[in-house]
Amino acid sequence: MSGEHLSVRNLTMYYRTIKGEVKAVVNVSFSLFKGETVAIIGESGCGKSSLAKAIIRLMPRNVSVYRGIILFNGINLMDLNEEEFRRKIRWSKIAYVPQAALNSLNPVVKVGEQMIEPLILTYKMSKREALEKAAEALRRIGINESFIDRYPFELSGGMKQRIIIATALLINPELVILDEPTSSLDVLTQANIMNILKSIKGERGLSMIFITHDISLSSELADKVAVMYAGQIVEFNAAEKFYSDPKHPYSQKLMESVPTLRTDKKLGFIPGSPPSLLDPPKGCRFAERCPLAFSRCSEDPPTIYLNGDFYVKCWLYAKE
Amino acid sequence: MGAPLLLVENLKKYFEIRKGFLGKKVYLRAVDGVSLTLARGETIAIVGESGCGKTTLGKTILRLYEPTDGRIIFDGRDITHLKWKDLKWYRCETGLVQQDPFGALPPFMTVRRILEEPLIINGIKSKREREEKVYRALERVKLTPIEDFINKYPHMLSGGQQQRLVIARATILEPKMVVADEPVSMLDASVRIEILKLLQELQYKYNQSIIYITHDLSTTKYFSERIYIMYAAQIIESAGTSELLQNPMHPYTKALLNVIPDPDPNNRFIIKDVPAGEPPNLMSPPLGCRFHPRCPNFMKGVCDVKEPPTIEVTKDHYVMCWLYG
Ligand SMILES: Nc1ncnc2c1ncn2[C@@H]1O[C@H](COP(=O)(O)OP(=O)(O)OP(=O)(O)O)[C@@H](O)[C@H]1O
Ligand SMILES: Nc1ncnc2c1ncn2[C@@H]1O[C@H](COP(=O)(O)OP(=O)(O)OP(=O)(O)O)[C@@H](O)[C@H]1O
Ligand code: SF4
Ligand SMILES: [Mg+2]
Ligand SMILES: [Mg+2]
Repeated sequence: MSGEHLSVRNLTMYYRTIKGEVKAVVNVSFSLFKGETVAIIGESGCGKSSLAKAIIRLMPRNVSVYRGIILFNGINLMDLNEEEFRRKIRWSKIAYVPQAALNSLNPVVKVGEQMIEPLILTYKMSKREALEKAAEALRRIGINESFIDRYPFELSGGMKQRIIIATALLINPELVILDEPTSSLDVLTQANIMNILKSIKGERGLSMIFITHDISLSSELADKVAVMYAGQIVEFNAAEKFYSDPKHPYSQKLMESVPTLRTDKKLGFIPGSPPSLLDPPKGCRFAERCPLAFSRCSEDPPTIYLNGDFYVKCWLYAKE
Repeated sequence: MGAPLLLVENLKKYFEIRKGFLGKKVYLRAVDGVSLTLARGETIAIVGESGCGKTTLGKTILRLYEPTDGRIIFDGRDITHLKWKDLKWYRCETGLVQQDPFGALPPFMTVRRILEEPLIINGIKSKREREEKVYRALERVKLTPIEDFINKYPHMLSGGQQQRLVIARATILEPKMVVADEPVSMLDASVRIEILKLLQELQYKYNQSIIYITHDLSTTKYFSERIYIMYAAQIIESAGTSELLQNPMHPYTKALLNVIPDPDPNNRFIIKDVPAGEPPNLMSPPLGCRFHPRCPNFMKGVCDVKEPPTIEVTKDHYVMCWLYG
């Protein structure tokens, strides 16, 4: 499809472990237009961070299978070798804020020094030029540039997280992947960071992949939502559709468990737990917990397209 | 209604901190004048941001910390300064579900052993009686069929199952009051509701009173009868749950309610009002109202001069703010 900024097709990544292969990302597909944000939501261990690492190609050494297509501006990133990917894509075009990045700042090295390190190392910028860029990135997210001379140990968690986001935006990437960027922060700090992300989103065509386990929070940014369950995307849908009328039974049950403040509802939960990724069931991975499961669910469900690129992976929607 | 199970009056807990080598003593005021009541079979929620003193309040109420000032009356008895040896009955009547359950379970003990431990400590010598209580506790938290779980080690359980085990341990002596400190914050959305429903069932079926400590207002709507909002070591607003959520009065409570999202695709188009700044340092909180440096309704010469009184603005709805003083 033309005009898509990012189009991930059948991305697959396994880890090798002594117990066997962990099938963390299995045939994952989704797409984004320029300036859009997709939220990847799902329970702990479903493969969200693995998906992020597969896209930015920062993978642990025990990855045993890595295949699929990642079209970015029409070019398949999988065709680039490591050197080309590092030089042309990572940080300059696609930036990444890893989960728990808060702990990655060295507390006793000045903020500015840490921000400009990649600029000097990878882009051979002069220190002055790099610091100028850092100051600009800080201003862009509403932090006074004097923070360049502060030490992380002097800063609150929220301020550190903002600096990490500013660092990711230093080289004006076209796409930024944010993995749980606010999950350890208080609600007011979180709201503050959401405000910042909303204001830079779409600005200069910036696209985002926003990874979170918090469904309410995902709606603060998402234009599109991808629901992950046990290594697979089981529903990919437009935000307008998804939050009011999720299609996959897993999405529906998950939504039932979200407490809402402004409306009253009956809360529900999903008994049991997700299957092991070492030996996932051959059929629908949610079947064992699905209230609507029927005989066909013991076979792998097809991808049913809803409209455009949106889909649901469930037998209930298969036409006979 | 009858007398409340727990009555806390003007409770304070200050930690002594020494600044620098041989430096002078300063006090960190983690709980600074908290009053609350808990009826039999009631669940109240203490809601506040990280570091505002929730855990310290819970532990001081349980007398795991020695109170600096104030009073704690439990079941008609003043336990504020009871000596450790006289507190044994109180330990049996109360339970704590600790924050961070994953660190709380000893990795080398089986489920049976973990649950027997508090029984042994409390002098239940008969092996049969202990076994009976262990079975009953596992049934209560629905770790069933019991045979599947009783010989397992914590790492063999899912996060939700571990948390149910923690709750089983905290309630094995069938206490009248349980302090549940962030019992679900580390868990996934669905497991959260499963565990909160379990706590609610303990409350209904066994008439247990629960103090639910959380930073998450949205769950309190479904799982508590009264909400206490804590800011910088003080309770700044309290009311029945639906009253508080429908008519928030304190500017801080209003700010919180305003920013917490419900799943709604329109959220992404709205920039929200967020009070600037951070909660204060508890070693030197601001003069007057502790929220004043961040408050959108700040009145110079009033809010920054004298601490606001706690006022009952409408029936049973208390607010600590000069707007109502
Ligand atoms: N390097 C690795 N080797 C083997 N298994 C791994 C590795 N990294 C992650 N896993 C496993 O892969 C699965 C997916 O992990 P991942 O971190 O992607 O989940 P997640 O959705 O990000 O979870 P969370 O919400 O807890 O961050 C999990 O079962 C995890 O234990
Ligand atoms: N034993 C202690 N000695 C000194 N200071 C302490 C002690 N325990 C807690 N504090 C301080 O008291 C304040 C309140 O801490 P507390 O753990 O009660 O907050 P909390 O509301 O439970 O936070 P969180 O949501 O992060 O769990 C904090 O500033 C903390 O650093
Ligand atoms: S007392 Fe003043 S500063 Fe404090 S919350 Fe009320 S209006 Fe705001
Ligand atoms: Mg993750
Ligand atoms: Mg705490």
